[in-house]
Amino acid sequence: MIHLSAIEKSFGGVPVLKRVSISVAEGSVTALIGPSGSGKSTLLRCVNLLEVPEAGTLVLDKETLHFTGQKPSPAAIRRVRRQTGMVFQNFQLFPHRTALGNVMESLLVVLKWPEAKARQRALELLDKVGLAEKAQAWPAQLSGGQQQRVAIARALASSPRVLLCDEPTSALDPELALEVVEVLAQLAREGTTMMIATHDLRLAASVAHEAFMLEAGEVVEAGPSAELFTHPRKERTQRFISSLGNDVPAGWPTAKAEA
Amino acid sequence: MPHWLDLMLQSLGPLLWAALIFTVPLTLLSFVLGLTLGFFTALARLYGPAPLAALARFYVWIIRGTPLLVQLFVIFYGLPSAGILLDAFPAALIGFTINVGAYSSEIIRAVIASIPKGQWEASYSIGMNWSQALRRTVLPQATRVAVPPLSNTFISLVKDTSLAAAITVPELFQQAQRIVAVTYEPLIIYIEAALIYLALSSVLSILQDRLELRFARSAGALEPST
Repeated sequence: MIHLSAIEKSFGGVPVLKRVSISVAEGSVTALIGPSGSGKSTLLRCVNLLEVPEAGTLVLDKETLHFTGQKPSPAAIRRVRRQTGMVFQNFQLFPHRTALGNVMESLLVVLKWPEAKARQRALELLDKVGLAEKAQAWPAQLSGGQQQRVAIARALASSPRVLLCDEPTSALDPELALEVVEVLAQLAREGTTMMIATHDLRLAASVAHEAFMLEAGEVVEAGPSAELFTHPRKERTQRFISSLGNDVPAGWPTAKAEA
Repeated sequence: MPHWLDLMLQSLGPLLWAALIFTVPLTLLSFVLGLTLGFFTALARLYGPAPLAALARFYVWIIRGTPLLVQLFVIFYGLPSAGILLDAFPAALIGFTINVGAYSSEIIRAVIASIPKGQWEASYSIGMNWSQALRRTVLPQATRVAVPPLSNTFISLVKDTSLAAAITVPELFQQAQRIVAVTYEPLIIYIEAALIYLALSSVLSILQDRLELRFARSAGALEPST
């Protein structure tokens, strides 16, 4: 359902993605792992065109974009962004809007829904992430975990076909990260298509079906996440996973049961 | 009643009247128009094509680099030689507007640039286009940051309008000069004029405090009022 093929991107002449190809099936969760600077966040940002690749092809449902170095048309960008939702590492909630206001924003401004309908949908989503009672709170009054859950609700508001999560738990301490992991795991069980760039193995292990290991702008190894995390074939992957700590075994069995 | 108080009371009416029909309208109009000019100048510098950005930079350079009094003289006394004749009030309005535009554009440019890139990206990611992101996400946050520095500009402007006296606008300070010419009491009358300027800028300071408080509430920095 999402196909990225031969994606190339560089910043200031330094290549960040070197002909990367990845496919994501509808209803599946794909983890992108790898060290900082491996290009996993950039790859994710290429899917909703926050970064425009210099070469390659993006297929997102019925939309196909061939990149030639030029910026895609505003209409194409709009169609892509309508089909994608994004969750950022540092939440990026709108600080001047309440939790409810944040979730309603795309419905009101982009989809031009009437206020009452948008409010109802936003309340449903806040309820889904367990924050119905915080609807009127300002972002500054919420914990990091709560802010990220509001951000997830905001990203889901306009019913995107894929949810892109860029290090969704990296800015949170383990306890707060857990509540975000639980929300994402619930979404995965409901069949939400997701791409998650992360080095939180607990998150990757409990949510992802497929995993891609990136380094220096290339896919080092790919496969079902259960296999990739427990029996990495490449020495590089092995080294990276062991460097992340030992919380895989603990999180892993539950994930296997769910998968 | 002491002489000075008697004199002050007698001249209070004409001075307040001059403030009301010249100083206040001149301040308000040139602030609103100047902010509008400053807003578009800031956008031109931040996002405009190169020639437009260069033009905006040139404008700010000229206006910030020359004295306001000289600018007013060029407009009122100079332009007639080029065939452009303006009445005193419009000339002053144009001069102050251009001046406020240049100074406020720098403030507006800085506060827009201070909003984190992630806020633009969050707006784009939920499907907004550039102008929606600017209007709905960036400007509301930038406005909050801009209140103190723009209040400075506003308060400076109230006092700067006294320069309009030099191009024959019968505003508060010129009215004071006229009264002095008749009463020969410069100390008392000019202090009185100064006190009226002080009162006007104090009102603005109070408005600034209220505005800041309101913005602080609406971002949850303080407990929202119930």
